[in-house]
Amino acid sequence: MERPRPILRPEGPIVVETVGLNVHYGSFHALREVSAAFAANHITALIGPSGCGKSTYLRCFNRMNDLIEGARVSGQVLLEGEDVNTPETDVVELRRRVGMVFQAPNPFPMSIFDNIAYGPRLQGVREHSRLEEIVERSLRAAALWDEVKDKLRQTAIALSGGQQQRMCIARALAVEPEILLMDEPCSALDPTATFHIEELMLELKQRYTIIIVTHNMYQASRVSDYTGFFLLGELIEYDRTEKIFEGPADPRTDDYIRGRFG
Amino acid sequence: MLRTRRAFDEELAELKQELLRMGAFVESMLDRAVCALAQHDVNLAKQVVRDDDTADDMDLDIEQHCMRLLALQQPMSRDLRTIGTVMKVIADVERVGDYSVDIARTALALADRPYFKELVDLPRMAAAVGDMHRLALQALVHEDLDLVDQVAAKDDEVDRMWGGLLQELIEIMEQRPEVVRQAVHLLLAARYLERIADHAVNIAERVAYMVTGEFAQLTERHKATIIE
Repeated sequence: MERPRPILRPEGPIVVETVGLNVHYGSFHALREVSAAFAANHITALIGPSGCGKSTYLRCFNRMNDLIEGARVSGQVLLEGEDVNTPETDVVELRRRVGMVFQAPNPFPMSIFDNIAYGPRLQGVREHSRLEEIVERSLRAAALWDEVKDKLRQTAIALSGGQQQRMCIARALAVEPEILLMDEPCSALDPTATFHIEELMLELKQRYTIIIVTHNMYQASRVSDYTGFFLLGELIEYDRTEKIFEGPADPRTDDYIRGRFG
Repeated sequence: MLRTRRAFDEELAELKQELLRMGAFVESMLDRAVCALAQHDVNLAKQVVRDDDTADDMDLDIEQHCMRLLALQQPMSRDLRTIGTVMKVIADVERVGDYSVDIARTALALADRPYFKELVDLPRMAAAVGDMHRLALQALVHEDLDLVDQVAAKDDEVDRMWGGLLQELIEIMEQRPEVVRQAVHLLLAARYLERIADHAVNIAERVAYMVTGEFAQLTERHKATIIE
């Protein structure tokens, strides 16, 4: 008989959870029956080898898979108990509540100010003083304000890679999300910029719930409270981070984090 | 498996072998110290006292090896537990060496006159304690929980021996004040052996953690095994 999966349900309030989630890309079964819950004001890291489904899973939380041709999602994603995979869901509002930061910083070709104000303007905020307020608050929250406050009208493209990524985080924060999804946010950054982002994540979890996909296990072990290990589209193990890195229950998790794969 | 990981596995195996060599060296210190005590062998006792430096060097070498592996390999999970365990265990093994030196010094202090009675129980206790120490290190190298349980079982035996020796030596001291000096030294030697047994238990507890990933007092583990 197969043993039950070592999937922990975190204590405390749950912001979002998936129930029996499956994703197919055409005939390819990319995500298989994934059920997991995510604790409010905690950082959860998703790890696993390339192609294991962790980024696909991340994209389910704000229906980014809708944008991929041939993608088919079944099962539930419950945000505050409400299924987001229904036709009635306002996807724009969903993506406001569930923000995303990508692998490579993707500043829009406009000023720093306009980058941050982009989301709020889309939401209909017109008053300049209100926008100024949002831009400052978001840049401060992303620990970038002091570095850019005198050049808000300059193009965001001129910022360093680490600054660009923090600006992208500020842009995500400007629309006041509840959840921040981060897909390999430090893979294009040097160690110093990486540490800046990690510090920032620890600050941000006071107010937001963060789910991060990372290939860097040391990053997962440094910043996250919970860690999930994916393999071939399945969530193999999900537990407190210290348990995963000190003594995981499943031998496949053990092999992966000890670098014994391949 | 990747070549870098295979090299790391070989390093881990080598680390365990280094620990085993240190354990064997310290065990021979214990054997010789007890032999020197039983046979009034001053030269043998002095040799044990000198050997302490070698044991300390081995301790340092293994610790440095562990630090190097931590820094360069950034081990996780079982690998991390193995290196953490080895770092902890060398401190216990080093203490066994120190107690062996204490026993050798006792031998030197008592070398000037014959004993009031032949030493029988003390060498027997030393043999049991030496077994525990060896079993605990074998448990580590072979990741063998059965050996861990054997260490726990032997600890009960050693505790009984220590209790018996304590009682006997107190009675002798009460009846024969002229042998008090000898008896106190022998009592201390027995106490050192009992402490060595405790260090063997520490090692066994660490091995249980290394294998299972769970911290548990060996006494609890031992009880649980008995109940099973």
